[in-house]
Amino acid sequence: MTSVRAAARSALCRLLGMAVTLLVTSFLVFSSLYLAPGDPAAFLVRGRSPSPDELAAIRQQYGFNDPFPVRYWHWLDGVLHGDFGRSYLFHQSVASVLWSRLPATLLLVGVSTLMIAVVGVGAGIVGALRRGTRTGSAVLLMVTVGAAVPSFVAAIVLRSVLGVKLGWFPTIGNGTGFVDQLHHVVLPAIALSVTFMALVTRVTRSAMLDELRREHVEVALSRGMPRGAVIRRHVLRNALGPIVTVCGLLVSGMLVSTAIVETAFGMSGVGSLLVQCVDELDFQVVQAIVLLVVAAFVVVNTAVDLVYPLIDPRVRAAGGAR
Amino acid sequence: MSALSPTAPRSPARGPLTWLRRLGGGALLKVCVLLLALFVLVALLAPWLAPQDPTFGDFASTLAGPSAGHWLGTDKGGHDTFSALIEGTRTSLVGPLAVVVFCTVLGIAVGLFSAWRGGWIDTVLGRVLDILFAFPALLLAILAVALFGKGLTAPVLAMAVAYTPYTARLVRGLAAQEKVRPYVAAYQVQGHSAVFVALRRLLPTIMPTVLAQSTVNFGYALLDLAALSFLGLGVQPPTPDWGAMINQGQAAVLDGQPLSAIVPAVAVVLVVVAFNVVGEHLGDRLAGRES
Repeated sequence: MTSVRAAARSALCRLLGMAVTLLVTSFLVFSSLYLAPGDPAAFLVRGRSPSPDELAAIRQQYGFNDPFPVRYWHWLDGVLHGDFGRSYLFHQSVASVLWSRLPATLLLVGVSTLMIAVVGVGAGIVGALRRGTRTGSAVLLMVTVGAAVPSFVAAIVLRSVLGVKLGWFPTIGNGTGFVDQLHHVVLPAIALSVTFMALVTRVTRSAMLDELRREHVEVALSRGMPRGAVIRRHVLRNALGPIVTVCGLLVSGMLVSTAIVETAFGMSGVGSLLVQCVDELDFQVVQAIVLLVVAAFVVVNTAVDLVYPLIDPRVRAAGGAR
Repeated sequence: MSALSPTAPRSPARGPLTWLRRLGGGALLKVCVLLLALFVLVALLAPWLAPQDPTFGDFASTLAGPSAGHWLGTDKGGHDTFSALIEGTRTSLVGPLAVVVFCTVLGIAVGLFSAWRGGWIDTVLGRVLDILFAFPALLLAILAVALFGKGLTAPVLAMAVAYTPYTARLVRGLAAQEKVRPYVAAYQVQGHSAVFVALRRLLPTIMPTVLAQSTVNFGYALLDLAALSFLGLGVQPPTPDWGAMINQGQAAVLDGQPLSAIVPAVAVVLVVVAFNVVGEHLGDRLAGRES
């Protein structure tokens, strides 16, 4: 009973920690506006020619006359209610711009995650089990090369070879209808996942190797347990912890890389929106996307922390101290 | 890494390459060190090495394949790819160098201070670093561009901040281990100031490991800055830069003449692989993991 209570307490601590982290990061993202040179109200509408009335309206909306903490509170209140301000580029609310771009990015990230999980973990398992053979070396080589190929290079090569030369995949745009969209997202998803696949493969391989060396695995094998069962129940199960942890840490890198991949493939998504809005001076949208990416990272990693004791009971036994 | 490469041929040490042998490691490592030396040399001598002015657009031959006049062809604006590659080495290496220098200095300062003072200062700084981890370097660089405009200065500073937690964590861990060793107490008993002991006695012992981390960081910083220029937010044309070249070369890819994009891409990958291999070898050697 006490262990359940301890687990609940540590989970509550993690959630509180997450709330504090989110509060601090949101404050940092909010106050970044005030780092910009010049008057913040003028900065927000730079490149456009607002009338004095419009400027007055912006001052009113952002409460530039209020003290700083009040302004932050006002902004945070808006954000929590889904109000990220107005985009001057699209002439609609930032939230609705983001909402219209989100499905494409979610599809891209979803397909990439699937690839990373299946190929990355799969290759890592093969690399560990076939260590020292030609297959094992091939996996190692793949990891070394894959980890060094940035998404924009992968995008260029994939477009050039599979898109233009062979004509198997479309090279630009999002596509319409689910099947066509999937067809359009294959190359971008590969470009996005190459680096991360390599990282996951490396971590999976070394975690598996660590577990394979353990005494209890040797004992199980020598007692005649089938190798497949030992690997599934004793090796992979124990290696899962590090794999899940590294996947959580990759989230922010992956979300930022959508900017590169979507731009490279001319897709319309949140990533390409970020680049477009930096390019065309729409700071509100940039601020909202930065906030969402950072928040996603914090939330996912808290979730990993919470799930970890379920995957690895040893952590639970240690009183949740990790 | 070294497990991948065959063992280096054993021949008696002679000539100017003796220092390479002393470095240890396999053939892959030696190739990588030579490659990095070559790129640094190219960066230093770029204006004398480039056969043509990379900012000059020869409209008579745009999107040309390799020829005697243009060894690696030209891009859509008729710029010589080979010359742009050479001149671009400078900008492509100086940016990451600045990032690494800043984040190493900053990381050492924060890490040492945190480990030395311990207590609540250590806890608070640890939490601050945790929060910084949530901001990926490229995202912070993009935010910096949104605030201060395109170019290299703002993103480099932003990325230095984003990379600092990695170095600071490492320094803090190492310094905390070193701090309890008898020699530190001995110096303090002799009346040396804390700053002297920390900077002149403790820091040199952990410096090699920190530099190994910085070597690996260099590769990542190069990738991030190249990505930024690729997005059109970093180095602006006509200044030659690998990332910007890849960006400019994208249109050429669709026209079936991808050389002007592939060449700088290969350069980026080669340098990053080389930095990773050298950095990991240094780390392994310092940790005594070399077989």
